[in-house]
Amino acid sequence: MHELSLAAEILRLVQDAAAREHFQRVAMLRLEAGALAGVEVGALRFALDAVAPGTCLAGAQIDIEEPPGLAWCASCAEEVQIASRADPCPQCGGVPLRPTGGDALRVLDLLVRPD
Amino acid sequence: MCVVCGCGHADEPAEPAAVLHYGQGAARASLPGQPALRLVQIEADVLGANQRLADRNRAHFAAHGVAAYNLLSSPGSGKTTLLCATIAALRQRAPQRPLAVIEGDQQTQLDAERIRAAGAPAIQVNTGRGCHLDAQMVGEAFAQLDLHEHVHEQGRDHPHSHHPAGSLLFIENVGNLVCPALWDLGEAAKVVILSVTEGEDKPLKYPDMFAAAALLLINKIDLLPYVQFDVARCIRLARQVNPALQVLQLSATRGDGLDAWIDWLLRMPAEVQPA
Repeated sequence: MHELSLAAEILRLVQDAAAREHFQRVAMLRLEAGALAGVEVGALRFALDAVAPGTCLAGAQIDIEEPPGLAWCASCAEEVQIASRADPCPQCGGVPLRPTGGDALRVLDLLVRPD
Repeated sequence: MCVVCGCGHADEPAEPAAVLHYGQGAARASLPGQPALRLVQIEADVLGANQRLADRNRAHFAAHGVAAYNLLSSPGSGKTTLLCATIAALRQRAPQRPLAVIEGDQQTQLDAERIRAAGAPAIQVNTGRGCHLDAQMVGEAFAQLDLHEHVHEQGRDHPHSHHPAGSLLFIENVGNLVCPALWDLGEAAKVVILSVTEGEDKPLKYPDMFAAAALLLINKIDLLPYVQFDVARCIRLARQVNPALQVLQLSATRGDGLDAWIDWLLRMPAEVQPA
């Protein structure tokens, strides 16, 4: 599954930060996985557990924010929340919608132990 | 043992005190039982590194007149068969256009061999257990193609302003309607192939893929008399997810609709909007 590729990339971003900011252990990793990001959060946690041992992420608590998908509904002339790109407007049932947010997978920040 | 005053029984679990405030350290951050921690801001898109490599590929392709297409589908939709038919058709209609293929599969060279037998150079990328091609793989594969050598030879004498009449690079991704949608390779457009044996509701089941594509090819239309596939419904559902999606219907084995697909390919890359 691609969550393993994503976990490996997250680890790489954290390790780059460790070299830059001089820390060795992460206490908490905060991620953002929007509803439209194409990421299955359970699978991502599983993948992070698989790549963490022996790295600065070992033992870290992982917090994943899951902001809703946002899309513009032309009929309602407003931004609405959706769970997937296939969803119709929750207000008027109209399609198509234009996704405007909640489509990113991001590393937000880290809480790191003092060296 | 009570953490505040040390009372209690040794074999009981420790009771937390009423208030343990770790929020007074410099980071104003706390986790139970931990000394003050330092906050390190990252704010990075996880796919950012791939995006940078993809953008580099894109600039490289554009500077040298290479139109690159990322072909995506489930396993067995007919990508390789379509590519072989496409190569044969292009050699008839536009023999002056250099062609090349980057083949992605978990294992084997089988597809690259079919492409070479059809008359185009191919680089096989085996991803092992990986389920999608990424921009780094495509960049490295492109560097090994004669297409790349050819355009650079041109570039030595005629920097950038002169290049061969539109080279075509086909990137056949790993058969997978899920993961490859997220990985930009630097292509001019994603082309998603759905065959009529797969069910017309796939655009709703795999919305990310159909939203990312510029063109939908409905393949194996020679089998329509034998399957229950509602073409109009498929197109309607696909446009629900992606109103700008272009659609062509064809049969790679029988040749129906192939001309329209070749027409689409031979148009200038500038007309193709990456999704």
